[in-house]
Amino acid sequence: MPAVPQPVRVLVVGAGPAGMQAALTAVASGAAVTLVDGSPSLGGQIWRGEQSHSRAAAALFERVRGSEVRLLFGCQIVDAPEPGLLLGAAEGKAEWLPYDRLILATGAREIFLPFPGWTLPNVFGVGGIQALAKGGLPLAGKRVVVAGSGPLLWSVAAYLRGRGAEIPLIAEQTDLARLVQFAAALRFLPSKFMEAIGIARTLIGTGLRTGCYPVHAHGADRLTAVTLRTSAREWTVDCDYLACGFGFAPNLELPLLLGCTVRDGFVVVDEWQQTSVPGIFCVGEPTGIGGAEKSLAEGAIAGIAATCDVKDRALKGSTASLFAERLRCRRFADALRRGFALREELRTLPASDTILCRCEDVTIGRLIGHPSWRSAKLHERLGMGHCQGRVCGAAAEFLLGWPMESVRPPLFPVHVDTLASVVPSREHDG
Amino acid sequence: MSLPDAIIIGAGIVGAACAERLSADGLRVLVLEADVAGSGATAAGMGHVVVMDDNEAEFALTRYSSDLWRARSAELPQRAEWEPVGTLWVASDAEEFEGARRKLAFYRERGLQAELLDEQSLHEAEPQLRPGLAGGLLIPEDAVTYPPPVAAWLLRQMQERGGELRQSVRVQAIAGDMVVLANGNQLQAPLIVLAAGAASVGLIPALPLQPRKGHLAITDRVPGFVRHQLVELGYLKSAHGSSLESVAFNVQPRATGQLLIGSSRQYGQTSAEINHGILSRMLQQAIGYLPGLAHLSILRTWTGFRAATPDKLPLIGPAPGHEHLWLATGHEGLGITTSLATGQLLADLVAGRPPAIDAAPYAPSRFADSFREEAARAGTV
Repeated sequence: MPAVPQPVRVLVVGAGPAGMQAALTAVASGAAVTLVDGSPSLGGQIWRGEQSHSRAAAALFERVRGSEVRLLFGCQIVDAPEPGLLLGAAEGKAEWLPYDRLILATGAREIFLPFPGWTLPNVFGVGGIQALAKGGLPLAGKRVVVAGSGPLLWSVAAYLRGRGAEIPLIAEQTDLARLVQFAAALRFLPSKFMEAIGIARTLIGTGLRTGCYPVHAHGADRLTAVTLRTSAREWTVDCDYLACGFGFAPNLELPLLLGCTVRDGFVVVDEWQQTSVPGIFCVGEPTGIGGAEKSLAEGAIAGIAATCDVKDRALKGSTASLFAERLRCRRFADALRRGFALREELRTLPASDTILCRCEDVTIGRLIGHPSWRSAKLHERLGMGHCQGRVCGAAAEFLLGWPMESVRPPLFPVHVDTLASVVPSREHDG
Repeated sequence: MSLPDAIIIGAGIVGAACAERLSADGLRVLVLEADVAGSGATAAGMGHVVVMDDNEAEFALTRYSSDLWRARSAELPQRAEWEPVGTLWVASDAEEFEGARRKLAFYRERGLQAELLDEQSLHEAEPQLRPGLAGGLLIPEDAVTYPPPVAAWLLRQMQERGGELRQSVRVQAIAGDMVVLANGNQLQAPLIVLAAGAASVGLIPALPLQPRKGHLAITDRVPGFVRHQLVELGYLKSAHGSSLESVAFNVQPRATGQLLIGSSRQYGQTSAEINHGILSRMLQQAIGYLPGLAHLSILRTWTGFRAATPDKLPLIGPAPGHEHLWLATGHEGLGITTSLATGQLLADLVAGRPPAIDAAPYAPSRFADSFREEAARAGTV
């Protein structure tokens, strides 16, 4: 009797839009799909906690929940010791996660740039203050300056205003001319255009300044004011909170650990979203910051490619429209990148005693003379702390031109007894 | 710089110590480093300054070097995180406690401070150790340090005396008084010092060196969790045995409040990847001694390669059969401890000064046969 063919094992890392769509598409092809995420629910950062006002998101949650996809929540990937095998840690237990095909949907994180005073209490990331507001931080009557770059500033400002906060100013570092060009590019994605109109309506009355950025946060034991600068002037605004965000940096730790080629800060993929490592695909923000629509298109393409032979892929009726959709999204991503490119002046903001690495209290001044991230890490402890370089890494890349070169396991802090409980698998350790 | 008097290959702590001492003798020194200074075993290792007693030669070198460290400890930069925490050798049973007694006698006969702790005083000294251990031996003068800034500090002194450090420069070959770089350039010096740790064998295949892989893990900050460097007495079986694979309990409190957890030893490994079978055994061993470790977070794990000789003693001195080549390598797990003594011994021998301790046990000529075989093989080709 011939052996029953085993379904191909597809492991998807990251349950944001890209990972969910990849998992759904792969499972529809008959694969045995596991979707793993470090958080306790679907949604990723953008739809954290399965909270989203979008109907598309709600429908996706429902489809994933109702599918054959095995969901593994609260599980961090800590190592990739050999081809075909990841090591996960969930609830204090180590777990081997074998795969035939791997789809990386590891998302992105906010970029914080250092300037004098940025470590004061009540200076938050834009995503951070939004999460705190959702968690109950009272904002009624509070003055919140929102500063940095990108569309997230507007949507967070609109949200905070809806919670009763006063927004004296939104400081967007990009110039008006670039902003106008970006607005023109919204035609690639009509849904984005409508979203922008809606947000703009809620922001009537707040001051939007372009070509404007924070240069100094003031306060003794907490923030009381922030000094802002444009090409014309510098002035100080009293406020209770400062919400900062300078765009997004992809989460590259796992792709780097797996040996995937990274160029100009993003994972290199072919037309089927396959990385330089055969059998490993990458989708969503790590291939280029573009938001949920790009993630969904790329996730669907990778879900097909991971489960179908090359000759069968073309038979999937939807591929042509998926490729077209992805192209539209990539144009939008390009417009985003050009429209909100960080201005040179931002590199000059930190003083020599401004802290870059908060975990290890490493100041900018201590990094002078070091040739690389590795040298500064070894000699000054840059990026050696609890966040493992997740916060200071993107800032160091922007300020000093140092890309993250090497990644060490565990990718996330993990208990001693969890790593002590790893049983060498039959596939691993010989 | 005009032609250097000495080229040192390797800017780890041993190469840096040799560079500092040779430059103090007035030599113009050029140090070549394939990566960045202090990035190999210097960064990967535990960073302890410990006096060891496995044999007289090891004791003499570690004792001498420990004295040199303490004499200069006040000059060390703050980043060197010099912490004279002492080593507490832990005895798990009566047999190991007997070993602690013998160790005590050995150290005391040679004038080194040492203190025997019974079960009760061990518990008072380190409350996190599990109950029921037999006792321990405290060596108060031992210390821990973070070595990369020490290597940088030694290299700065060399540079202030007119020496030069070149990083990201890979050496392809050594031929007579010439050093051939990977980019094809050649550099010449009457004295060439090979201090490239386990990588040295890539340049001189006759070196009796084997890479001996080790794993380490570091926790989040838990200040005051332990106060001394803790080592199980069984460590010596692991360090000095020749078994292919072994783990031993060794935990250090770092200046940051973090705990550095070791140790493992593996022969025959060339891949730098974490082996989770070994790592989990090493961590189980550590939890066995310090149960409270279990729920602390590990921030990073990594591996490194010790350069091990057959007799576990380093190679310090002229390379047999190579007129211009000197060696400063083969320090196994004691490269940090013995770096300063290695630099001083090598400079003394180069200058023709009598060294403070007998350098014969570390002379590469003790392996003259393996160098001769190499020369013979080369001659027959």
